[in-house]
Amino acid sequence: MNRILTKRTLTQNVKLFEVEAPLIARKAKPGHFVILRFHEKGERIPITLAGSGPKRGTITIVFAEVGKSSTQLGNLEEGDEILNLLGPLGNPFPLDNYGTILCIGGGVFIGALIYHMKALKEAGNKIVAVLGSRGKKHLFFVEEAKEVADELYVTTDDGSAGLEGLVFLEDLLKERSFDHVFTIGPTSLQKEVSEMTRPHGIRTTVNLFPIMVDGMGMCGACRVTVGGETKFACVDGPDFDGHEVDFDELISRMRVYNPQEKIAMILYQRVV
Amino acid sequence: MAARGPQVEMPKQPPEERVDNFDEVAQGYTEEMAIEEALRCLTCPNPQCIKGCPVDIDIPGFIDLMKQGKFDEAIKEVKEKNALPAICGRVCPQESQCQKFCILGIKGDPIAIGRLERFVADWEQEHGVEVPGNPDNNGGKVAVVGAGPAGLTVAAELAKLGHDVTIFEALHNAGGVLTYGIPQFRLPKEIVQAEVNYVQKLGVTINLDAMIGKLYTISELFADGFDAVFIGSGAGLTRFLHVPGENLNGIYSANEFLIRTNLMRAYKFPEYDTPINVGKIVAVIGGGNVAMDSARSALRLGAEKVIIVYRRGREELPARLEEVENAEEEGVEFMLLNNPVRFKGDDLGRVKQMEVIRMELGEPDESGRRRPIPVEGSEYLIDVNTVVIAIGQTPNPIIQRTTEGLETTRWNTIVVDEETMQTSIEGVYAGGDIVSGTATVISAMGAGKKAAKAIHEYIFKKS
Ligand SMILES: Cc1cc2nc3c(=O)[nH]c(=O)nc-3n(C[C@H](O)[C@H](O)[C@H](O)COP(=O)(O)OP(=O)(O)OC[C@H]3O[C@@H](n4cnc5c(N)ncnc54)[C@H](O)[C@@H]3O)c2cc1C
Ligand SMILES: Cc1cc2nc3c(=O)[nH]c(=O)nc-3n(C[C@H](O)[C@H](O)[C@H](O)COP(=O)(O)OP(=O)(O)OC[C@H]3O[C@@H](n4cnc5c(N)ncnc54)[C@H](O)[C@@H]3O)c2cc1C
Ligand code: SF4
Ligand code: SF4
Ligand code: FES
Repeated sequence: MNRILTKRTLTQNVKLFEVEAPLIARKAKPGHFVILRFHEKGERIPITLAGSGPKRGTITIVFAEVGKSSTQLGNLEEGDEILNLLGPLGNPFPLDNYGTILCIGGGVFIGALIYHMKALKEAGNKIVAVLGSRGKKHLFFVEEAKEVADELYVTTDDGSAGLEGLVFLEDLLKERSFDHVFTIGPTSLQKEVSEMTRPHGIRTTVNLFPIMVDGMGMCGACRVTVGGETKFACVDGPDFDGHEVDFDELISRMRVYNPQEKIAMILYQRVV
Repeated sequence: MAARGPQVEMPKQPPEERVDNFDEVAQGYTEEMAIEEALRCLTCPNPQCIKGCPVDIDIPGFIDLMKQGKFDEAIKEVKEKNALPAICGRVCPQESQCQKFCILGIKGDPIAIGRLERFVADWEQEHGVEVPGNPDNNGGKVAVVGAGPAGLTVAAELAKLGHDVTIFEALHNAGGVLTYGIPQFRLPKEIVQAEVNYVQKLGVTINLDAMIGKLYTISELFADGFDAVFIGSGAGLTRFLHVPGENLNGIYSANEFLIRTNLMRAYKFPEYDTPINVGKIVAVIGGGNVAMDSARSALRLGAEKVIIVYRRGREELPARLEEVENAEEEGVEFMLLNNPVRFKGDDLGRVKQMEVIRMELGEPDESGRRRPIPVEGSEYLIDVNTVVIAIGQTPNPIIQRTTEGLETTRWNTIVVDEETMQTSIEGVYAGGDIVSGTATVISAMGAGKKAAKAIHEYIFKKS
């Protein structure tokens, strides 16, 4: 069960797994995530789906090696089995024909963005896509995005792939009209996008990933303030109206274990 | 009535030692102690104690066998009625159940029924567990949602009757609150696992990481060939205070705090990967067993000062007296008749202070306890580094959200027929905390037994 069928290295620290999980694959939709654990002392790691193959009985995940757990996860090989795999969790993205939809994804979430785009395309939307990352060497799936999007912009923080930052988006939003904006990626990116679309009054769906433990609506670790109310991202989300989210609180909550995580990583690096 | 001496005390780890470890506090009787305590029992011909046991254990029967040192037969007698005796012997609120009715309690100490039950269960673990032969599979297929005490009991009972039972549990370990909520020092997880293993040996299949409502809906379970479904999904959703500053860092729900500590073993970080933040001063809000468990865990996680903040008085504390005393012995402080009204943070978003208001008690409310009323203008600030909110739990929400036609109350508990535990959907039964709201392990098991009986009859009527 939960066997890794394919492993790909997408960038220096981003890996893709295709995992045999027929029961989850049968139900998986863009916007869903899974929680996995790969050894008895391990933590529960939430990861967004970046694809599913109901016929093959597989799901695809794309993850960045940022700390101890994700680095260890990246050391698993094809044929290995993942000890625990729970899903699909969260609510799928509401698929609809919105008209022209602007899809903005960044960092490791470009995989999940393309999964969304494929489904949105099938639902009849015209897709304008933006892929963002730190620099050229952190980009992946540009060709895949080109195939699905009607129009594609690629931008990086350092300008190494053409566009630099999100400034161009200001003009795009001014000149063109979009019926919906969807953004997934680093929380700072989602915040920036929401700020930019707010004055234009374009409905903006964000996909949040606060710290989670159970992922089933019990613990409240994942609570976010949306429109002044406390919501649990795992069962009420992970999609929310970006204009209603208290991003500063969210960003602060996501950093809460940074000191401990650093210790864990240092100890881990000493061992390997 | 023959005169009887006091109860045989059970050895405990001394408070100053136990606050530094997560090992079990109460260490159990020796054989000699168990026999001595058993000998106090009058073997009443019309035993009152049984009235207080929701699963009808033949209490004088098993105690009588203990008197003769026949521990192997005693445990069989217990297991006739209770598949999880090592757990119940530890966590049943015996003082308000079986022991409350013991005739000896009128003039002196009741029999320590829970401790005796625990002893024979542990004795069996040490000497090898005997599993009754599986009856031929002659029944139906039953799906059970949740591997807490309610679900495990339904499963064990139906398996013994020859049904093919599969439990679907969302978490990566079975046991429900027994595993993720009640701390190691009160209920070692090895004990829970041993009882879960016993249920599996009865022929029950347990599918972990399987959330019903997501992986399968209830109606899909029927489509997959199950004849009946039991929902035992529990009440694990923490209530929050809904006061300003509640989302600051360092403020945990009791559930998150206990899940990190027990299920994920954050007390062994970084050997285990899941972290927890426990500052110098910890305030636990609430006065029930969950609050006591959180406070005592916080001490063991290294807090210098742990304060229970409760809005009513000492008399009204809903926790078991034994747990309050244990907490006090270990140095937990009590700030009674106080209630938080807001939390203040530092510039990194971490909780730093808590504003509380003093309360006074008015007339009794619906719960029969005196209603706490805030004293206007009495607010003041105290320093805190970590806060745990333990003011109650509400039902887990996923099943109700994904099952059409399932009748629920306004508290989101599931409505059932009290005799059969059947829900508004034919063939779907429910029991435990998901029906009653937070109650006890043994009442969840009692509900499980009732449902098992009804499910058995339902399947036979159908076929
Ligand atoms: C719904 C959801 C979907 C996610 N999808 C993806 C994905 O598709 N690809 C991907 O690379 N990452 C994803 N993440 C983040 C991923 O779970 C974390 O990167 C991972 O847990 C980090 O573990 P670590 O020990 O390697 O790093 P750590 O050093 O422990 O942490 C690094 C950072 O990861 C975040 N993090 C740590 N623990 C958790 C946790 N339990 N839950 C959530 N975030 C945590 C924190 O913000 C932390 O600062 C998702 C998170 C959530 C909640
Ligand atoms: C900290 C704490 C201390 C306590 N101390 C005591 C005590 O000392 N004595 C006592 O008698 N009682 C105590 N209780 C109460 C007691 O634990 C509960 O009443 C009892 O566990 C209820 O049993 P249950 O089977 O109904 O639910 P639970 O034990 O809550 O089990 C429900 C299970 O269902 C699973 N689940 C939920 N939704 C789904 C889904 N959709 N699909 C699959 N699985 C699902 C959950 O993960 C969980 O494992 C305590 C409770 C807590 C929280
Ligand atoms: S199961 Fe609980 S109530 Fe029943 S005899 Fe044992 S301790 Fe008493
Ligand atoms: S009531 Fe007390 S003394 Fe009588 S049988 Fe029960 S436990 Fe023994
Ligand atoms: S992760 Fe626990 S409630 Fe969402």
